[in-house]
Amino acid sequence: MGELLQVETAQEALKNQEYTQALVDLLFQLADDDFILAYRGSEWLGLAPHIEEDVAFSSMAQDMMGHAVMYYEMLEELGVGKADDLAQLREASAFRNAILVERQNGAGGYNDDPHYDWAYAIVRSYVYGLHKKVRLESLLKSSYSPLTLISRKMLTEHRYHLMHWQVWLKQLANSTPDARARLEAAIAKVWSDAGELSDLGPNAASITGFGLIEAEATLREVWLKETQAIFEAANLSWPGEPGAAKERGRAGEHTADLIQALATLSEVYRIDPAASW
Amino acid sequence: MNTQLEHSDLTEDAKMEAFLAKIDRGEKIEADDWMPDDYRNQLIKLISMHGISEIMGALPEKEWVPKAPTLRRKLAIMAKVQDEMGHGQLLLRVAEDLIAPLGKTREDIMQDLFAGRLKFHNVFHMEAPTWADAGVIGWLVDGAAIITQSMSLDTSYAPYARALHRICAEEKFHAQHGESIVLELAEGTEEQRQMLQESITRWWPSLLMFFGPPENGNITSNQASNMRYKIRSQTNEELRQIFLKKYLPRIFHLGFTVPDETIYFDEAEDKWIYQQPDWEEFKQIVKGKGPRSAHRLHLREMSYEETKWVRDAILSYGRQVG
Ligand SMILES: [Fe+2]
Ligand SMILES: [Fe+2]
Repeated sequence: MGELLQVETAQEALKNQEYTQALVDLLFQLADDDFILAYRGSEWLGLAPHIEEDVAFSSMAQDMMGHAVMYYEMLEELGVGKADDLAQLREASAFRNAILVERQNGAGGYNDDPHYDWAYAIVRSYVYGLHKKVRLESLLKSSYSPLTLISRKMLTEHRYHLMHWQVWLKQLANSTPDARARLEAAIAKVWSDAGELSDLGPNAASITGFGLIEAEATLREVWLKETQAIFEAANLSWPGEPGAAKERGRAGEHTADLIQALATLSEVYRIDPAASW
Repeated sequence: MNTQLEHSDLTEDAKMEAFLAKIDRGEKIEADDWMPDDYRNQLIKLISMHGISEIMGALPEKEWVPKAPTLRRKLAIMAKVQDEMGHGQLLLRVAEDLIAPLGKTREDIMQDLFAGRLKFHNVFHMEAPTWADAGVIGWLVDGAAIITQSMSLDTSYAPYARALHRICAEEKFHAQHGESIVLELAEGTEEQRQMLQESITRWWPSLLMFFGPPENGNITSNQASNMRYKIRSQTNEELRQIFLKKYLPRIFHLGFTVPDETIYFDEAEDKWIYQQPDWEEFKQIVKGKGPRSAHRLHLREMSYEETKWVRDAILSYGRQVG
């Protein structure tokens, strides 16, 4: 990589079309990942194993939703569209989130017979969270200054989330045989999608070439190393290389779960997107 | 009363006298202080019902959390409903301390709820079919809750008073949150205004019922003893009038109506004269026969049962490490 320019503002970024494209592609991945997983978190409201956890889980979903809002607002600043429209009016094929975050919480609707899987919620949040930490740390060195700035802010909050998930993982892994079995099943399920998290999409070369974030292989290596240490500390066997779903979310390929999620989360806004809500 | 009092009875009487003198001086009772069984039972009933109402009260709005129409609203309603769960948590902790001497735990409270022995507020049995309901609940239901809870801020039971101080501070934000949704709809398109009007109409009888039946001069023994114990200080009707005086002018000012053609303010009496809701229906609703009672109880019970393995795991882990 040659001499990298540091871009301080949206206006400056917009002077270079290729740079802007790479930045927009990356921002959609960051925004959509947090947005969709926060949406899944919001579906858990009122259904967590105990009231204290309901409050904690919701608070973390809000932080995540807050992060998504910051990314969508950065996209708005780059002239891509209104943040609310970006979140609620795009078709599934325009979403760039990894498949892992769009998977439903379990069978049933959030309001009608939700058979939600707490073990899956814990493992997904934690595995995603560990990857997010690596991604944010890499963004601290991003060529786009506004990204480094908000990443620093997000990391502070995010470390608390990781501590919370770590406690859960340790507890479930070392309690009853039933909990252990459910946890292992959840790990297998999460692991079959998790490999996509460090995929930077079809425009990856440009994204890393402009120094927006480190290379996929680097992110992946750090994330797997840290995750492995955590699994070992919790007495969990290491599931090996993570897999990926047959759809590639980073390229706009998605499952029916996302289509349904988008229909729900935009239901009211779509009544009249021009109205003020 | 028996004329030949046992010594222990005298002691109980003396304790009771000292207890009443204490609350009359405006002093507060703490969880570990001696209290009459009747006082404890009234508190358990009141606080567990309040706590469970917060938790069941999260459910109608929860229906709208994933659907909130803008990113800002999504964040705000998530925070609001989280607060309600937090209120439930605070109150259940107060209730837990009160039931502990009776050998009971939170599990008993939950089982009482599922079995229909523990009631929750009438409003949370009702349907919330549109986004406007999310606004009206925040604006008017939380607004009504502020009125009843403010009355209890000075309750003689200190742990309840402390919880209420925190809760009331948050309820004010909830009412603002609700009002903000409502104002946006009120200033919006014809469709949005209609959605809001339908919601106000739908919630009106429930809002009147919220404060309980009017006493018409006949205060129930329950109310009387709660007033004697300084657990509450105002009657149902007094509280309802505060609500009507505060909110009816605002509803009318925004150009909306309530489904009561003869309602008027009697200047001489200084009160709103309104048509009574169906109090027989109210009884049925709080018995668990409201339009959404079964659905919400099922949701609560099912999620509780399906996460039992998690609570078992936490207990087991606690025993191992601890
Ligand atoms: Fe509340
Ligand atoms: Fe509230």
